[in-house]
Amino acid sequence: MDNKGIKHPMTVGNAVFNIFNYTFLIILTLLCIYPFYYVFINSISANELSARGDIIFVPRQVHITNYLQVIRLPGLPRAAFISVSRTVLGTAFSVLACGFLGYLFTKPMWGRKFWYRLLVASMYVNAGLIPYFITLFRMGFMNSFWVYVIPLIVQPFCVLLVKTYVESTPISLQESAEMDGAGPLRIFFYIILPLSKPILATVAILVAVGQWNAFMDTLLFVTNQSLWTMQFILQQYLNDAHRLAQQILAMDGQIDFALIQRMQAQTPMSVRMTVTMIVTFPILLVYPFFQRYFTKGIMIGAVKG
Amino acid sequence: MSLGRKKDKTVAATAGRRRKRREGFILFAMAFPLIALSFAFTYLPLHGWIYAFYDFRPGFTLAQSEFVGFHWFTVLFDNPIRVQQILQVLRNTFAMSGLAIAFSWFPVAFALLLSEIRSTGMKKGIQVLTTLPHYISWVLVFAMAFAMLSTDGMVNNLLMSLGLIDTPIQFLRASGPRVWGIMTAWGVWKSFGFGAIIYLAAISGLDQELFEAARVDGAGRFRLIWHISIPGILPTYMVLLLLAIANFLNNGFEQFFLFENAFNVRHIEVLDLYVYNLSFRGRSFSLATAISMMRSVISVIMLFSINWLSKLLRGGESII
Repeated sequence: MDNKGIKHPMTVGNAVFNIFNYTFLIILTLLCIYPFYYVFINSISANELSARGDIIFVPRQVHITNYLQVIRLPGLPRAAFISVSRTVLGTAFSVLACGFLGYLFTKPMWGRKFWYRLLVASMYVNAGLIPYFITLFRMGFMNSFWVYVIPLIVQPFCVLLVKTYVESTPISLQESAEMDGAGPLRIFFYIILPLSKPILATVAILVAVGQWNAFMDTLLFVTNQSLWTMQFILQQYLNDAHRLAQQILAMDGQIDFALIQRMQAQTPMSVRMTVTMIVTFPILLVYPFFQRYFTKGIMIGAVKG
Repeated sequence: MSLGRKKDKTVAATAGRRRKRREGFILFAMAFPLIALSFAFTYLPLHGWIYAFYDFRPGFTLAQSEFVGFHWFTVLFDNPIRVQQILQVLRNTFAMSGLAIAFSWFPVAFALLLSEIRSTGMKKGIQVLTTLPHYISWVLVFAMAFAMLSTDGMVNNLLMSLGLIDTPIQFLRASGPRVWGIMTAWGVWKSFGFGAIIYLAAISGLDQELFEAARVDGAGRFRLIWHISIPGILPTYMVLLLLAIANFLNNGFEQFFLFENAFNVRHIEVLDLYVYNLSFRGRSFSLATAISMMRSVISVIMLFSINWLSKLLRGGESII
């Protein structure tokens, strides 16, 4: 529903209010997006200028060498591969698992209420860091790629979203399929999945953003550098950007365009900003879609959540 | 004849019930692997609470560890150094949670002001752009803070060139109670736009006729907000506020872990970070478990009592 709100008469008071309101909201909006813009224009401006803090509103001497060079940093392509893999696999598994479980909870399952309550209650249960760590350690998740995927497959909140959504869809389709002898699996794949697209999209983006942003699982369970994620490597770079800048300078020592090199030579700041931008781009691409579905999703969740 | 028909009916009914039961078990069998998978990572770790009663060191098994009973729980109250540490951590936790709750009206105010804008495009644009910070990780927030607030960063350069300051401000190396304010500010920056979504939805779901009727009666903009919009979203706000109070001891980990440094450690160490530092920097697995355990028990008790309270106040409506 698009609510236009009330039209107020054009009095002086209202006009003043509108001016202040617009100004305040626009300043707030700028506060939210300026850091992204700032990092972006600095990552494409002459590194000399950006190291001095001269790039504030407009990019100057635009170049993309930072991106071309940073991609060659040891470990970064690998980290990108790990992050993309965990996001794709994690999201696919979660959508199927939460979708199927959410659907099953709408059916007359044995002990349905009990299991559902227990699942929802698990959102509020927190055994604590060490018990969780030791449990996963014992299960053999230390330095395994699967620590990124398996513990996150079933997410109670997503199950709740799907269950509530499926309950709101007409049951007649399911019934007629049952008449024709279709089992729960067939009904799930041929009726529920296509029918629940909006909520599954919400779940997919919710999980995907969580997967892409995850940081703590690497910190706790991964010591093997070949399993580092983009988030984790970015955090390492933030602490270690100086050495990396030197490394890139050393790699390019043989190029003799002295001026260009000086202008585009990596500084600790340019490395940080470029990697920050690379990690941010996927989120920038995906999140407006989420917005569209989420308002619907959160309302459903709010009813029962 | 009539007896026979009756018997047929009961036979059919039992058969139907039996079929239903079988179906119920089949459905459960399908759900079971997924339910078990979920519980393996939520309820199963609870068995680890037993480590709180042993002197457990990483590298040894539980059988090799000494059973110490409630030693780790009493240490928290007996050992003066521990007591001081715990008090400091609790002070930080309470300060951060308290400040977050103190600013929880901000998304509400933002939603109210945004709903006063009549241009749909503008409204949507502001809404989408202000939610952006919610979707990025704390690592990225820290990276941006680093880029803008470090001593040679943009904010310091700007302030210096404007002549407002002579020496760069060490934003990231701030110490003392200011740290609480800075962390709260980042928290508000990251979450207010997203937090406003639910209030905007609540406002647009209010009955338009109420507004029209009040307008006809001569109510101005602020009266409409005060008498219709605010009462309309108050229940939503109360629920979220109560949940925030129930989560008082859970401030999260990543933000504080990333922003932590030698300068601010005394004021940034909240419970989650303290448990991490105890475990992985101090290797005190058992003490950390004891603290987690107490925290979880207190959190659950708080959640239930607040839920009970809200049921009492709001006529049987539960928040969880």
